[in-house]
Amino acid sequence: MTVRVFIVDDHELFRSGVRSELQADLEIVGDAGTVAEAIAGIRESRPDVVLLDVHMPSGGGLAVIEAIRAELPDVRFLALSVSDAADDVIGVIRAGARGYVTKSISPEELQAAVRRIHDGDAVFSPRLAGFVLDAFATEPAQPIDPELDQLSPREREVLRYIARGYTYKEVGGELGISVKTVETHVSAVLRKLQLSSRYELSRWAADHSIV
Amino acid sequence: MLAGVAGGVAEHLGLDPFVVRLAFIVLSLAAGFGVVAYMLLWVLAPAEPIDAGVAPTSGHVPRPAARELLGGGLLVAGVLIILWFSGLWFGESIAWPVTLAAIGFAILWARGSGEEGRGRLDLASIGTPLEALLRTRESRPRLIAGALLILGGMVVFLAATTTLATAANVVLAVIVTAGGLALLAGPWLWRLASELIEERTSRIRTQARAEMAAHLHDSVLQTLALIQRSKEPREMATLARTQERDLRAWLYGRAPSVHGVRLHDAIDAMAGRLELAHQVKVEAVVVGDVELDDDLRALVAACNEAVLNAAKHAGVAEVSVYVEVEDDQVNAFVRDGGAGFDPAAVPGDRRGIADSIVQRMERHGGTVEIRSRPGAGTEVHLHLPRRGAARAGSPVAVSGASPMPVSAAVPTSAATATPAGAAAAAPAPPATPEPST
Repeated sequence: MTVRVFIVDDHELFRSGVRSELQADLEIVGDAGTVAEAIAGIRESRPDVVLLDVHMPSGGGLAVIEAIRAELPDVRFLALSVSDAADDVIGVIRAGARGYVTKSISPEELQAAVRRIHDGDAVFSPRLAGFVLDAFATEPAQPIDPELDQLSPREREVLRYIARGYTYKEVGGELGISVKTVETHVSAVLRKLQLSSRYELSRWAADHSIV
Repeated sequence: MLAGVAGGVAEHLGLDPFVVRLAFIVLSLAAGFGVVAYMLLWVLAPAEPIDAGVAPTSGHVPRPAARELLGGGLLVAGVLIILWFSGLWFGESIAWPVTLAAIGFAILWARGSGEEGRGRLDLASIGTPLEALLRTRESRPRLIAGALLILGGMVVFLAATTTLATAANVVLAVIVTAGGLALLAGPWLWRLASELIEERTSRIRTQARAEMAAHLHDSVLQTLALIQRSKEPREMATLARTQERDLRAWLYGRAPSVHGVRLHDAIDAMAGRLELAHQVKVEAVVVGDVELDDDLRALVAACNEAVLNAAKHAGVAEVSVYVEVEDDQVNAFVRDGGAGFDPAAVPGDRRGIADSIVQRMERHGGTVEIRSRPGAGTEVHLHLPRRGAARAGSPVAVSGASPMPVSAAVPTSAATATPAGAAAAAPAPPATPEPST
């Protein structure tokens, strides 16, 4: 089954580059350079996965996710950015993106990431893993929901391996667990990241939506 | 002895200062002429340079403008005295008010010293026109004193020349006139001030734009030029990536640390340096942050060695660096998915890893673990207990409000260092036990 992909990025060159890289194995159903175009295009083409630039004029990737999310819950988002700003990345993830990779990712890795997103898993680049470890480093002063507000030791371990540059498969090999189990852990972390009411996380999200 | 005038005159005339002083005193007794002369000389005589070798005449050297003003005032006073003596006197009722008003005027317009003189009436550096008048705090007492003297002069004049009832009328007339003038000239003054403020704002904006242009010119444009000249795809990628790192640090920059270099910046700088020098992508992730101390500097240097080894011998395009700061320890991992080697088979004479990584870490109370298998990549794990943890305070990640790495832009100089500079900055490459294939 081919995965149907929509590319949103305000840089024409980048869009055509990604398009030519992914075309061989994935079906590119459309692309857009602005938030408004993206919303209209996604509504029309109903892609499986949207590759979404975090930084764009008039609201950025966040605005696209917020407009589409309630209407088309099956469309999945993979954030793609050159941004190093933790609050931007965390903001997009909390809005509903299922993963974050930097634009310097290799074509093969990007392809694998799109498939993983399509299968319902989360994609954590080393950088995102680092951000999350940092975000959950402190013990929350008042854990409203201890289940959501902190990482389990195993999840922490998995994230550390990812931050160290291990692939999911290699993490599984190190910990003696299957790739599927690694994916389960990562998805659990993603859920916590999105649902946790931790002060710092909410603050980033709030800061971001104001911008 | 008052202002060194006697001494100055004595020197000028080649006389003993005592004689001159005596002369002044005698003259003073004779209808006060000595006092006037002394003051005139004080104001008009050039202040001698301090380094002339003579005893400094006095600590107080009036500024030229003030001196001229005072001189003028004294001349007027002298003329008045002469008029008074010769009987051509127009009466106390005018003389005193005029004198008071003149002094007040002089005080208002005399340019104060230094800062004050610069700030006064310089509307461009001021928020609103009203603030213009009252801005400099030091000048406020002066303004008030001057205004009071002028007002006092007016009151004395009015009181002496007319009855109080007419005085009230006159005051009313003055107020009406002043109000009319304010209505006439006010809008113009206001517009002038606003224009000045506007001009200042746009000047600041232009400056900011110029700064940004300068930065982009020095960094991005240079790199783009280099990329166009470059033939090697690998070199191009390295240049682009280094520039990206630099620009990103500038755009999303963490504020430069006031107290010193922080670990996060040091790792980023190291990654940038090695990327440039060895054309390999170094993906650095740092969790938590803390200020560098000697132990941590050793850790960064050991990381540097490990990345260098990987770049040279693993045959990969990317090396991962992960550093995590915890309350009581710091862990660093340098990993590549490259050739790998068998640690047990490393010959005894290959001391690169031992010297530059293991011993360095051990000297600082740390440990090193190297995991590698031929064909399965290499990972160097550096572990360092934090001895000064209690004293140095918690790392940023644990200190509360901001769990994200705070701190700062990679110093651009580090990121844009020339390969030669980078090579000099990095310790000499060690002999390595890792086989090249």
